[in-house]
Amino acid sequence: MKLLKVVVAAALAASIGSVWAQAKEQFIPVLSYRTGAYAPNGTPWANGFVDYLKLVNARGGLNGVKLSFEECETGYDTARSVECYERLKGKNGGASFVQPLSTGATFAITEKAPGDKIPLLSIGYGRSESADGTVFKWNFPIAGTYWVAADAIMQAIAKKEGGWDKLRGKKVTLVYHDSPYGKEPIPLLQERAGMHGFQLSLLPVAPPGVEQKATWLQIRQNRPDYVLLWGWGVMNSTALKEAVATGFPRDKMYGVWWSGAEPDVKDVGDGAKGYNAVTMQHGAEPQSKVVKEILEKVHGKGQGTGPKDEVGQVLYMRGAMSAMLGVEGIRSAQERYGKGKVMTGEQVRWGMENLNLTQAKLDALGFGGVMRPISTSCVDHMGAAWARIHTWDGGKWQFTSDWLQADEQVIKPLIRTTAAKYAQEKKLTARTPADCQS
Amino acid sequence: MIYRENGQFKTSYRADQQIFPILQDRWVIAAFILASFILVPMLASDYMFRAILIPFVIMSLAALGVNILVGYCGQISLGSGAFMAVGAYGAYNIIMRIDGMPLVPAILLGGLCATVFGMIFGLPSLRVKGLYLAVATLAAQFFADWMFLRIKWFTLNTPSGSVAISNLQVFGFPIESAHAKYVFCLAFLVVMALLAKNLVRSAIGREWMAIRDMDVAAAVIGIRPMYAKLTAFAVSSFIVGVSGALWAFVYLGAWEPAAFSVDMSFRLLFMVIIGGMGSIVGSFYGAAFITVLPIFLSQALPAVGAAFGVTISTAGITHAEFMIFGALIVWFLIVEPHGLAKLWSIGKQKLRLWPFPH
Repeated sequence: MKLLKVVVAAALAASIGSVWAQAKEQFIPVLSYRTGAYAPNGTPWANGFVDYLKLVNARGGLNGVKLSFEECETGYDTARSVECYERLKGKNGGASFVQPLSTGATFAITEKAPGDKIPLLSIGYGRSESADGTVFKWNFPIAGTYWVAADAIMQAIAKKEGGWDKLRGKKVTLVYHDSPYGKEPIPLLQERAGMHGFQLSLLPVAPPGVEQKATWLQIRQNRPDYVLLWGWGVMNSTALKEAVATGFPRDKMYGVWWSGAEPDVKDVGDGAKGYNAVTMQHGAEPQSKVVKEILEKVHGKGQGTGPKDEVGQVLYMRGAMSAMLGVEGIRSAQERYGKGKVMTGEQVRWGMENLNLTQAKLDALGFGGVMRPISTSCVDHMGAAWARIHTWDGGKWQFTSDWLQADEQVIKPLIRTTAAKYAQEKKLTARTPADCQS
Repeated sequence: MIYRENGQFKTSYRADQQIFPILQDRWVIAAFILASFILVPMLASDYMFRAILIPFVIMSLAALGVNILVGYCGQISLGSGAFMAVGAYGAYNIIMRIDGMPLVPAILLGGLCATVFGMIFGLPSLRVKGLYLAVATLAAQFFADWMFLRIKWFTLNTPSGSVAISNLQVFGFPIESAHAKYVFCLAFLVVMALLAKNLVRSAIGREWMAIRDMDVAAAVIGIRPMYAKLTAFAVSSFIVGVSGALWAFVYLGAWEPAAFSVDMSFRLLFMVIIGGMGSIVGSFYGAAFITVLPIFLSQALPAVGAAFGVTISTAGITHAEFMIFGALIVWFLIVEPHGLAKLWSIGKQKLRLWPFPH
């Protein structure tokens, strides 16, 4: 009997040992687009994402576990993104999490991720109702959605006007990319329009968005008080140029964060001066600690991705922050399932759901001042709903507002009803408290 | 030697009119179909299924549909993407609005929606032809884009305009695993390819080809152009609509109108031209060329680069992929303007005489 126990123990030890010896790398797929109509914006994002992963490795990995990653070019095409996802999901011991970087691809992968047991991160984009973790178990729109962005913009406008009641009778126009991405803010804006009595008109622009003459002709006719811009890539600079041509005041224009980075305004130069955009927490952060660390430990060693002077710009920071949130999800999973081990997709999902990034942790990571603390839970997969407005001064982006928090009383019911509708269509039952612990 | 038909005598019309009159062909095709149902599922990896085989099978079906219209009936169409979209959204609405609607009838009804849509947009073919018709069918594409973006009824009022489907099942058997999805699509393809092959061999198929070759002459010998053209539009859009439903339901899972943009129409037309106009098997070659080759290149180029010690960036790979792909299209069309199917039939002719060509 004793002999048997010894043999079993030895066999166990051997098997654990061999597992230990093999896989020591945590694999992260990188779906990016460096070609196509949206490349000018997709490239800095991908550079920031990859540079941060390199920085984690330069810091010594996650409790000793190094990160490995592989890029796959999607060209912002949904079918291509699905192919990339299928290609990378099983590589090198399985993907820890996936970030599709496109709303269309997020919708498609949302249907696939639960079966593959891979968490789907959409940091600041994707489908807004997926903040409801009881229905969307595998989706994590951490740090904000388009509804948060739209709400923050409306708050900033209300503040500028001197209160919500001053918005009554005002005209607000949404100029949007005609795709699921561009349509995402509409339900929230309609809700707000009903609450405060402003007039909302919707002007879609066919992708990629170079043809906007008719749109701005309508704006010239209607003379709205504010224009919200939900564009991407070349559509943004075109919109700004048209605004200049139409004579629409740029300080009455508010973009979403995809419309508020350097490539969008650079071509327009002085014409874009005064243009505002909402930032999902961070803006351009060349002074932050993490940027200095990347410059020193990654670019300084000649391993940087992309040009050095782009480090710390808006989209670069978005990439870095997206990578950081994913990596911290893995770290928090390690705290429960064993430090220094490679986590599976399911374990990372738990980690994402129990993320607790305090100010001290953010400071240690170099993100102090860049963003506010975030903690997620089973019900709340978004974690925080804070945003700021920044304004282009002709040379760089500068913050022009305090922190704004999206109004939970507006957003929560909207999330709940939309998620419930999804659950009903899919015949999903909401997760039980016991499932939350798993 | 291997590919020789002497000794194979036909004693009845029936035997003479089979799809594959040569014994070797019958064996090879039967073995091929069996292998794709049994052997491939045993060998292929999950990635092979989900990223290569399933899109290839669905695109073959779509190319087959387009080939009936463009290749057999000579009606050049740039609205195939729209017919796919109508099939996809039609099947989606049928399955979501009717309680307990089974999957296969829903997909076929989606195909019927596309048939009606295709016949309406096929009406101009009675007056215009050639490039003019291609431009007229572009209207179908723009109309479908507009319809599915703007009319909320079709998307069940989803706020973002993107719709999703899951929990697919046939007779209680879930179509979730890669294997099940592949076999499901393959079954559609095999049945429809067989039907299409028989259709083009029959009287109606000969009418289509007569219209394609010279419509005035066809009308003189008593073929009704309206009947022939509209049936070609109907059959073609039915097959294309079914493939659209499969593309949306099985491959994407969630989709938006952009998934069936004008880009898709062009790709389908290229598949038919490269694969071989007026050839059923050419549709498969064309689909393989257009869907599989870019994926193959994007994976092979880094490996080739690594062999020479060069690391190519992902953007570089994509650019190289476009260039090589474009060059290959030009090269193939110069070498064999009648498409890959013609190359295949030339090969078969040579094999018949091998090893003693006269």
